[in-house]
Amino acid sequence: MLEVKQLVVAYGRVNAVKGISFNVEQGQIVTLLGTNGAGKSTTLRTISGLLTPVSGEMWFEGERLDGVAAHKVVEKGIAQSPEGRRLFRQMSVEDNLRLGAFSRKDAAGVRTDMDRIFDLFPVLGSRRTERAGLFSGGEQQMLAIGRAMMSRPRLLMLDEPSMGLSPIMMQLIMSTIRSLRDEGITILLVEQNAAAALKLSDKAYVLEVGQITLEGTGEQLLGDDRVKRAYLGED
Amino acid sequence: MNVIIPDDVKVRFRVPARIIGLVGCTLMIASIFMSWSYGHTVLDDVGYWGAPSPLQLYYAVLPVLGVLLLAVPLLGRGRLGRWAKLVAWNTSAKTCAIWSLAVTAVMIASIAIGLGGLVNVDPGGWVALAGALIAVASTLFLPDSPDPNLYRLKSPQWVQILAIVGVMAVLLFGAAYLLNFENADQFLTFGASVVGVVMVLRQFGIFSWLSIAAANNNRVLVTSAFVVAFAFPFTQNGSDANMSIASQVLIFAATALGLNIVVGLVGLLDLGYIAFLGAGAFTAAILSGSAFATIDWVPPFWLTVLIAGTVSSLLGLLIGAPTLRVSGDYLAIVTLAFGEIFRITMNNLDGNDGPNLTNGSNGISAIPDLNFFGFDFGKAHVIFGIDIGRFANYYWLMLVVIAIIIVVFMNLNYSRIGRGWVAIREDELAAEAMGVNTFALKLLAFAGGAFLAGVAGAVKAHYDVSVTPDQYVFLESAFLLAAVVLGGMGTVMGVLIGATILKLLPEKLRFFSDYRLLLFGLLMVIMMRFRPEGIIADERRQLEFHDEDDALAVEIQEEMRAKHVHLNPEPKEWDL
Repeated sequence: MLEVKQLVVAYGRVNAVKGISFNVEQGQIVTLLGTNGAGKSTTLRTISGLLTPVSGEMWFEGERLDGVAAHKVVEKGIAQSPEGRRLFRQMSVEDNLRLGAFSRKDAAGVRTDMDRIFDLFPVLGSRRTERAGLFSGGEQQMLAIGRAMMSRPRLLMLDEPSMGLSPIMMQLIMSTIRSLRDEGITILLVEQNAAAALKLSDKAYVLEVGQITLEGTGEQLLGDDRVKRAYLGED
Repeated sequence: MNVIIPDDVKVRFRVPARIIGLVGCTLMIASIFMSWSYGHTVLDDVGYWGAPSPLQLYYAVLPVLGVLLLAVPLLGRGRLGRWAKLVAWNTSAKTCAIWSLAVTAVMIASIAIGLGGLVNVDPGGWVALAGALIAVASTLFLPDSPDPNLYRLKSPQWVQILAIVGVMAVLLFGAAYLLNFENADQFLTFGASVVGVVMVLRQFGIFSWLSIAAANNNRVLVTSAFVVAFAFPFTQNGSDANMSIASQVLIFAATALGLNIVVGLVGLLDLGYIAFLGAGAFTAAILSGSAFATIDWVPPFWLTVLIAGTVSSLLGLLIGAPTLRVSGDYLAIVTLAFGEIFRITMNNLDGNDGPNLTNGSNGISAIPDLNFFGFDFGKAHVIFGIDIGRFANYYWLMLVVIAIIIVVFMNLNYSRIGRGWVAIREDELAAEAMGVNTFALKLLAFAGGAFLAGVAGAVKAHYDVSVTPDQYVFLESAFLLAAVVLGGMGTVMGVLIGATILKLLPEKLRFFSDYRLLLFGLLMVIMMRFRPEGIIADERRQLEFHDEDDALAVEIQEEMRAKHVHLNPEPKEWDL
């Protein structure tokens, strides 16, 4: 579904992503694993069209993706929930969701989808007119995922959805991600929390300073010694 | 001031404090029956015993309010019920005392300056000052009230409508009255007591209740506002002086509303906005049929307006397309330069340095008055027995223009495009990630705002009779921006108020106009420190400026919920 080949992205003269290649298959959860500064978020931003790659190719459903403007990427069916959630803090829950659906023209469909988000996260539905900034971290993460879902993406990219959440809230978010996958949405996940992410991943890649150093299924990586030492804190 | 007196002291002394405060207010009220000044030439003569002048009667309004605010809690202790919590009695009383003192000080200063020394202040003035000082000192001992939440007060619709109409009527006659003061001292005294009363009512919670009433009766509000604005020329008895100021205010306000889209909604800093007004004015002047016009073609005025708007918005596109890709500061610099380039270019299009289009620094003068279907804007007409002069004609025309601009602005604000604009302002990267075409939307705002300025410019050309490049200097851009920031970015009402203040004060206060840059600068600094969201706050803006203030957030949240239906209308089919 998404194919990234030899992607190089730079901030000024510093290469943040140094020629990585990976695939995301339809209906899978694929995880990019790595520490701070490994280039995970940079990769997602490049796919979203927010950054322009130096070289390399990106293909989505057989169409070239590099060089496509950010708003066109959303129209093609890719949505991103950015790092740090980046909600519109002063806007109501409803307005945040409407902005997620900015690229869509079908008013009735948007309303139905909004109700679906409220079914998925009842806490958002009961406080739909409150401004996003007043919600707790976990609730904001729900809203961030809901907002990204509003464009009816076929590929949903989540940048560190577990960041700063309590263990219970994290489990809830992770099970939501799994149920979204079961509904048929392909998910590209970026995480630092290796244990939780690998458990639900169909495929995972380990990124280290801009390069992919390991790849395999979630289970394979969970059992890998290097992953255990570096990311799971086991000896 | 709150720090000095401990809370337990305040609670213990609140009853004596109220009584002493009442004495202070009574002294002030009593003082209006005394002579304030030895001479009779200042403040429209306040030098008589036993016969209050009109200005002294207005002066008494604040102390009378003070008496009510102090006496009701004193006499009604334990019997106020929910009214004890709905209204901020103590804080209102304190505000009232402080403003009474301010107005008293203004009056005494006017007497001393106007007649040459404090010896000219008669007992009345001193009694009033003593009363005001007593009132301020005693109200400092009152415990702080909780924030007013009068907006919780449910009231039948007819009461709300009546209140709106009442406010509008007060506005009309207050404005007519205020404008009729020829002398700065009277204008300042009356103006200060009006501001004082407004501040007290705000503390009291009246405006939070009114804003709910206004949101519930939007149509009544808009209609009555326009009826009042339309009726204004009839209160002027054919006086041209005030109508001239009023139409200048409207032209200025229309331009500021255009800038409000760019600055207030999208958050783009434009420091050369006056150029778009100038482009519209020059276009209209060139097509006006004036003897100095460089093009012979004279289209009908509606077409001129469209052409002027289009020329301005094309300039907006020209300047926006290369610069809107860069962020904040660069845009400010480029637009600042653009404003200057525009002025210099208009100076140079004189036939020597370039083609002759504008006659250079002489500009285009002798622009004929507008004429719609035989209605000559240059002539005075008599309607209902009242003279309606040239300026009133242009005033009405600008009123129509402003009405259109407000309708466009409100529709944009609550539309899909408006939501995209606000998203860009709040977090441009997040907006882009959501699929908002940020560049196109910013360009649209830039061109749209420029179009509105061009339309205002087309009317301004005829109103001013002549158009010259030096009318469109950077300072004017700065004033436009100041009007938007002072009034309240992103709001209509705020920008109207800001534009009125910035245009009216220098006209009425001559001494003020010499120092207007200094004083406006000071005003802006004070505003930025104490109320960065402007006089009238857009709720979202207010929250952006006070992100850490959770109590305010909850308060605004509750007010917004009370108004919810109107602030978050269900999107219409065409809206999405």
